[in-house]
Amino acid sequence: MIKTENNKAWFLVLPVFLLVAFSAVIPLMTVVNYSVQDILDPNTAFFVGAEWYREVLRDPRLHDSLLRQFIYSFSVLAIEIPLGIGVALMMPTKGRMASLCLILLAIPLLIPWNVVGTIWQIFGRADIGLMGWALNSLGVDYNYAANPGDAWATVLLMDVWHWTSLVALLCYSGLRAIPEAFYQAAEIDRASRWAVFRYIQLPRLKSVLVIAVLLRFMDSFMIYTEPFVLTGGGPGSSTTFLSQTLVTMAIGQFDIGPAAAFSLIYFLIVLLVSWLFFTTITHMDKSK
Amino acid sequence: MAEIQLSSLAHSYHVKPSASGDYAIRHMNHVWHKGGAYALLGPSGCGKSTLLNIISGLLQPSQGDVLFDGVRVNEMTPRERNIAQVFQFPVVYDSMTVYDNLAFPLRNAGTPKAKLQAKVLEVAEILELQNVLYNKARNLTADEKQKVSMGRGLVRDDVSAILFDEPLTVIDPHLKWKLRRKLKQIHEQFNLTMIYVTHDQLEASTFADKIAVMYGGQIVQFGTPRELFEAPNHTFVGYFIGSPGMNLVSVSRCAGGVTFDGIDLPLSDRLNQYLASLQTENIKIGIRPEFVQLAGSEMDDALPCDVQHIEDLGTYKIVTLKLGEQIFKARLDEDHAVPQGRAWVSFPRQWLMIYVDEFLVEEQAL
Repeated sequence: MIKTENNKAWFLVLPVFLLVAFSAVIPLMTVVNYSVQDILDPNTAFFVGAEWYREVLRDPRLHDSLLRQFIYSFSVLAIEIPLGIGVALMMPTKGRMASLCLILLAIPLLIPWNVVGTIWQIFGRADIGLMGWALNSLGVDYNYAANPGDAWATVLLMDVWHWTSLVALLCYSGLRAIPEAFYQAAEIDRASRWAVFRYIQLPRLKSVLVIAVLLRFMDSFMIYTEPFVLTGGGPGSSTTFLSQTLVTMAIGQFDIGPAAAFSLIYFLIVLLVSWLFFTTITHMDKSK
Repeated sequence: MAEIQLSSLAHSYHVKPSASGDYAIRHMNHVWHKGGAYALLGPSGCGKSTLLNIISGLLQPSQGDVLFDGVRVNEMTPRERNIAQVFQFPVVYDSMTVYDNLAFPLRNAGTPKAKLQAKVLEVAEILELQNVLYNKARNLTADEKQKVSMGRGLVRDDVSAILFDEPLTVIDPHLKWKLRRKLKQIHEQFNLTMIYVTHDQLEASTFADKIAVMYGGQIVQFGTPRELFEAPNHTFVGYFIGSPGMNLVSVSRCAGGVTFDGIDLPLSDRLNQYLASLQTENIKIGIRPEFVQLAGSEMDDALPCDVQHIEDLGTYKIVTLKLGEQIFKARLDEDHAVPQGRAWVSFPRQWLMIYVDEFLVEEQAL
């Protein structure tokens, strides 16, 4: 094969190179830059090496919110994934009802985050909110502004309400892609409903479930707006998750250095856990 | 095992069928006897698969009944009917191993472990799947997948019947023949009722004792391969079975027989009387190319014709003749001399079939 040497071709890559540089690399490098310096004012900065990283990693406030964040994200996955699969399985497959269900499921996905927070903020209020008032009338002592347990339940419920649709829609499309022949064969083979799910539907949902799990993990791990609107991170700091802690640090206290170090650690955690999920699910039952 | 009876069966995929063309299956009465090996032969789209799905219970017939040993099973699921079916394209449970695939129908029925293992190994051996038995089914070749699909039907020895829906479509030709032999052996060994759907006449006649030929949503003839060949009950059977198919020519009545293009063919008085009593103008004669007699010189009862074309297929020759304005094919053995240009053709009376409205008129039955 004759290899043509033409270095001018590299100029064609330039637009992409610039785009990626300005959209991703330069902002990221700025953060890296901040994370290793102590910046006193625009003209005074000292190189501090890994000091901010050490400080951030020892900060008990961050440990707490990281733990809360993990518990929250795993709860979200534990509820939304099975629930989404369940909803998808129960949805009608054709006719007007199918379209209606799709529209109803899509509605929560169209609502802006802060509006979702506001909806539940009002809906859950014990004095004027329908849910809060109804629960209290039934004798349940419910108050998300005062009780950490109630606050957690409300934040979780809100996320489930907002995002289970996404999982359900993904699974629904996955289920529709299974050829009718598989169900016929299963019926001939006398498979129970559970066996059909376990051996036909679930294996064929794997690829959409990878996407669902990753999306829901990343999104819930970065959650900010909804709990901020609903509880402001309270009561106390019971619903203060990682991004809110980060925002408080960066903007509230203007600790740019530690905040930058923290951002990078945050980013690496999301990356690592997503990678773990991805490899675990895709390598499941691939023994031979 | 069961005797499967179809009674006044009809099926339409339309919600409100009006014309007869809306029906995939039209008014069918048929019995599949216990322990028989049957083929259901017909062109694509004639309703074969529909019929199979109705027998297995995947589909509810619009009209009529399906009876197993005299019991109506219309509303029963395939599980309740205890029927096995193998589909045209392989269906394997790809997250399972081959072993688990074969064991699946038995596990679902709660078969004891010892029996299950013995049965799975037996079927794996018959189908030569031992080497891949513990591999995941998703990594198999198309051939192997179809063997697994078939195996899932064959592991069940208590079934009412096993239905095969063109199971060898995706299989390599040399393996096809082998698998067909295997199925035949299995049939002889276990004496199961088997119905084998195909559009390949060779496949049908090697597998089955009796063949049902389906056309336009009906079974037009049910008989041994020999019966289908020698006395096709319907012009379609004549055309579809045999290679090349039967010579069929439209004729009209004349004094003492039938005629086409000025050529008269005398018939018996009984036949002539019968034909005269009918209203229809749809009369055809049919003769197999194998039974057309050809000579190079004038003979008694022979008609002069033109030899248009000769195809030499090695062991036999196919000669295209023009008689009147009609084209006939004759099949001659390789050692038979082939006349050139002008020839004399005759149709032995015993092999000349008369079709009225596409159905055979049997002289003995008149």
